[in-house]
Amino acid sequence: MKQLRTAISDEDAVTITKTEELAYELRIHEVMTEKVQSLSPDMPIEDALNIFQKNRFSGAPVLNDNDLVGVLSIEDIIRSLREGRIDATVQDYMTTKLVTVKKYDPVIEALKTFARTNFGRLPVLDENGLLVGIITKGDITNGLLHALQRDYHQEELIRYRASHLFEDIISARTSLILRYGIRKGDFIHGGNASSNIKRALLRLGATPKIARHCGIAAYEAEMNLIIHSNNGGTLRVEIEPHKITMEAYDDGPGIEDVELAMTPGYSTATNEVREMGFGAGMGLINIKRCVDEMRLISSKDQGTNLYMIIYLNDSDNNASTLT
Amino acid sequence: MKLRDLVELIDGTLLTDTNIDGKEIAGAMGADLMSDVLTSIKPSSVLLTGLCNPQVVRTALIADIHAIVFVRGKNPAKETVDLANEEEIPLITTFHGLFDVCGILYNAGLPSFEIITKDDCSS
Repeated sequence: MKQLRTAISDEDAVTITKTEELAYELRIHEVMTEKVQSLSPDMPIEDALNIFQKNRFSGAPVLNDNDLVGVLSIEDIIRSLREGRIDATVQDYMTTKLVTVKKYDPVIEALKTFARTNFGRLPVLDENGLLVGIITKGDITNGLLHALQRDYHQEELIRYRASHLFEDIISARTSLILRYGIRKGDFIHGGNASSNIKRALLRLGATPKIARHCGIAAYEAEMNLIIHSNNGGTLRVEIEPHKITMEAYDDGPGIEDVELAMTPGYSTATNEVREMGFGAGMGLINIKRCVDEMRLISSKDQGTNLYMIIYLNDSDNNASTLT
Repeated sequence: MKLRDLVELIDGTLLTDTNIDGKEIAGAMGADLMSDVLTSIKPSSVLLTGLCNPQVVRTALIADIHAIVFVRGKNPAKETVDLANEEEIPLITTFHGLFDVCGILYNAGLPSFEIITKDDCSS
């Protein structure tokens, strides 16, 4: 695997990492060849050669009763032929230096063993030391490819299901509601809810532009709750096939002059908040620019409700002049 | 412009573990007010700023900003770097000032990605 990694580009490295991950995840018994044809030690080499030719084997384990005693490979047979000993038996030419792997070990163990030794196949033993299969590099490649394909399909399916959520569910009016509690003064997590909203929208198949507009509007509203509310508030997002409605509400202190609050540059934020890059008096303006409809309902000593609506039908989206 | 080349041009240091090979930057904007950034920046740009708190990373995430450069040798707190690593947004620091970095990148052909709005703050 190490060699493989240096031979390919950085872009491919992502796939390799996935493959390596799988080599640790997959167990040997999941990729090995089961029900292997075995040979007996006293079988003539010629019989073994016939079995190899008929089945296109390049090697087979040798069992004495049920005990693994060796492995005979096509190279061993060639050696016997070269020495003119086709009359010899399997035990005369088999490899008795046994390197085996365990059934429940991860595939990476077999890969390491292949790298360390020169063997083309390894017998696989169960917990009682009995032969249960044979593993070759080809088995591993096939197993990894299958696993990759399986993972890919699962991922595709999840993505498809998320973006087709609304098509699959039939009701008079289907919507998905996300709710986030926003804490007063929690600047550290400020923007967390908005990031999650943006991510959810992308997952549901929104265009990057729609997701960005909703994200910006939600972010400004979230920061407003953190900066201005008495006790924090709630960010609520309702997603419907044709529109996204976001609502930010708190229980005070309320806005005395809503019209004044909508003036660009007007701000009641403290210096501390300004030092954090906010409170420039652009928040509400910014929200208005990002959404198709905005309504701000508030009065002094009452809660504030901010409604933001984005229509998903392109022709309705007058915020689409923004990039 | 390749982000790798940009880092070199401004004598920058990468602060995150993010892999920046192959990353492209289409334009730039310089600002310390995050609301201004949210109002004005076009996607796929680099943000040049003196502000170091985690909100910068959040802003980048929301506004599809591809990288953040901290000017005047500023180093953000660990929580900012952690968040950037988590969200895979490259953070770069340089000892140059904001005006200098703007000049260097402008001369190198990087366009402004700041949308000028007609909102008049004085009225």
